[in-house]
Amino acid sequence: MNAATTDTHHDDHDDHHDHGPAPGLMRWVTTTNHKDIGTLYLWFSLIMFFIGGAMALVIRTELFQPGLQVVDPQFFNTMTTMHALVMIFGVIMPAFVGLANWMLPIMVGAPDMALPRMNNWSFWILPFGFAMMLSTLFMEGGGPASGWTLYPPLSLQGGSGFPFLIFSIHILGISSIMGAINIVATIMNLRAPGMTFMKMPLFVWTWFITAYLLIAVMPVLAGAVTMLLTDKYFGTAFFTAGGGGDPVMFQHIFWFFGHPEVYILILPSFGVVSEIIPTFARKRLFGYASMVYATASIAFLSFIVWAHHMFTVGMPLSGELFFMFATMLIAVPTGVKVFNWVATMWRGAMTFETPMLYALGFVIMFTIGGFSGVMLALAPVDFQYHDTYFVVAHFHYVLVPGSIFAIIAAVYYWIPKWTGNMYDEKLGKIHFWTSTFFVNLLFFPMHFVGLAGMPRRIPDYAVQFADFNAVATIGAFGFGFSQLIFVYVVVKCIRGGEKATDRVWEGAEGLEWTLASPPPYHTFTDQPVVK
Amino acid sequence: MSKRNRIAGALAALAAASASMPALAAWDLNMPKGVTDISHKVWDMHMLAFWIMCVVALGVFGAMAISIVLHRKSKGVTPSTFHESTTVELIWTFIPFVILIVLALPAAKTLIVQEDDSGAEMTIKITGYQWKWQYEYPDSGVSFFSTLSDASREARVRGSGIDVTTVENYLLDVDNPLVIPVDTKVRLLVTSNDVIHSWWVPDFAVKKDAIPGFINTMWTKVNETGTYRGQCTELCGRDHGFMPVVVDVVEKAEFEQWLAARVAEQGPQQLAAN
Repeated sequence: MNAATTDTHHDDHDDHHDHGPAPGLMRWVTTTNHKDIGTLYLWFSLIMFFIGGAMALVIRTELFQPGLQVVDPQFFNTMTTMHALVMIFGVIMPAFVGLANWMLPIMVGAPDMALPRMNNWSFWILPFGFAMMLSTLFMEGGGPASGWTLYPPLSLQGGSGFPFLIFSIHILGISSIMGAINIVATIMNLRAPGMTFMKMPLFVWTWFITAYLLIAVMPVLAGAVTMLLTDKYFGTAFFTAGGGGDPVMFQHIFWFFGHPEVYILILPSFGVVSEIIPTFARKRLFGYASMVYATASIAFLSFIVWAHHMFTVGMPLSGELFFMFATMLIAVPTGVKVFNWVATMWRGAMTFETPMLYALGFVIMFTIGGFSGVMLALAPVDFQYHDTYFVVAHFHYVLVPGSIFAIIAAVYYWIPKWTGNMYDEKLGKIHFWTSTFFVNLLFFPMHFVGLAGMPRRIPDYAVQFADFNAVATIGAFGFGFSQLIFVYVVVKCIRGGEKATDRVWEGAEGLEWTLASPPPYHTFTDQPVVK
Repeated sequence: MSKRNRIAGALAALAAASASMPALAAWDLNMPKGVTDISHKVWDMHMLAFWIMCVVALGVFGAMAISIVLHRKSKGVTPSTFHESTTVELIWTFIPFVILIVLALPAAKTLIVQEDDSGAEMTIKITGYQWKWQYEYPDSGVSFFSTLSDASREARVRGSGIDVTTVENYLLDVDNPLVIPVDTKVRLLVTSNDVIHSWWVPDFAVKKDAIPGFINTMWTKVNETGTYRGQCTELCGRDHGFMPVVVDVVEKAEFEQWLAARVAEQGPQQLAAN
């Protein structure tokens, strides 16, 4: 080491903050920048959205008319299983983590995530996890076909792909836990001076609570699937009555993870919508504090309602009553949220740009999913709804025009900030209206066939269900292909377009709008002060 | 041809959805009312919840609609600045709570009756298999399997060339239906031999999982004779969609005759087995 090199190195270090990203592909592999990692998560999620969507179209094609036309029943089951796993773990969760990566540091005035190297790892193990999961499709015995819930003993009948599935779930879980720890650490430690907890934007708040849910329940899932693995390969009998185990025990453990998981998929959406509606109503969010408390209540309740997924397993009456009452209670804080959004709109001065359209669509259609949720909570009636298409309609309403719409809304809302360019507003609106039309055509008829008695997860059905299934399939294709508009709008926006102002939206409030559009590669290297 | 019919049907559905209600009558929109006291209670509960949800929807979406129409920037309005009100928050926490109690009380009452199998006049044991049901009448030793009917079995094969719309009760027909007497409280014990299944007859509002190694209890008392159809409702593998539940509900006397005939037919084997 001579003096000269030391000097150069020294200069480099001083300049560090002004440097842009490293050139080439390695930028993305080695990046520890929250914006890059956010972008990676979002692209990954978009790609997986089309993979999971293609699986959904296989399902809907087979269900277009009664009789088996396209696939073998076993492959059909594989499709329903993989569709769910991909959409939950590969689309909605990574998309929200991507949004969190991009926006949380900026929204709390931090220079980056608290644990940037771990951040890189939590993204980069995801593609490997999913490569492993999708590779089971080509293994002997095919991919998992027991439904994403992996109920034993059926899931134990899986082929040689089974251990790969379990291991991939472990990887996805590790990724989620690391992402969640990072989010908690960032929010706890890196808030700018003056950014007290009760001043944090709601997107930050909802993610903060979601991160705790993730840390609490992902290990539970890991435990449950590991027990499946040992039951199948190492002679344990956790879930086999013959060895002193209980198949229903798996369901209890699974849904202890699974119900908080449902809120992991929706709470960040609440945050997104709570950012967007005030912006376009040009009016502060109504009941900020009650929004925070409602989110926390929903998170707490999510831990004590799991068995409403299992009303038909033969629980004792007292158990059924408890879980019915606890589940119904969730309607109260959720109702508060919806009422607050409506009150925010009330006597505002609204405009209807694409993010607002998606946010309004979210409020209406998520609420429809909430209504069927209250009906499902009623145990005696749930015996009729359970495992029918009514349930399929319910959770798709809260996940597709719920979570997915919120993610799309967030992308339209923040993409001018990310790219520095306005997206094509006209195409954005067309995307909204086609998506909304087709998503309802797709999922609304499912309520009817469900009530009329069509079980879920069947590849073929009695002829009285035929007409609505045909309608749903048309809706599915319409919705699927509408998303190509989205890809086009996003790509077009990245490549250029009308320059966005720093504020972007007239009514926008918050630290992210004080930065340039696009923001420099490193932001808030000098801490902002929040009044 | 049938494909074209399907597409035509789908388009008709779109048209019908925007047309008047009677046009939809052929399109099974709702839960069947069923043929047991329980199913009637459940149906009433379902409709009560449905209408309450409709009223709430009217309120919430109505307020939204008014806001969207009137409180828009293009109308030249200036936005208000109000953003909190503890009173309002308390009101809309309290009102949903009351609504939920209105729903919870009758639901709990119905549930308690549903789970009370005391006073059953006879017992039947149901066992799920991949992919059929076994029905046993422990008192008389009668036992038989119930599998998808041949007509459906042939038609369901991929590339069978059979138009499934011509098959009577496609996928909802079996060789040997369960037979129970009308106006009789029948206790149903349900278990499984392999994976978890679920036994469901919508018209009875009875559904319970068949779990290997455990026995679940349910009951029904059917008010009208007839044939009632349902399906397995827990994913149980490849042929989950092909193990229907069919129950023949007959007059008590007819049931006794049927049972006697079954005993005569199966008796020797049963004795040998025992």
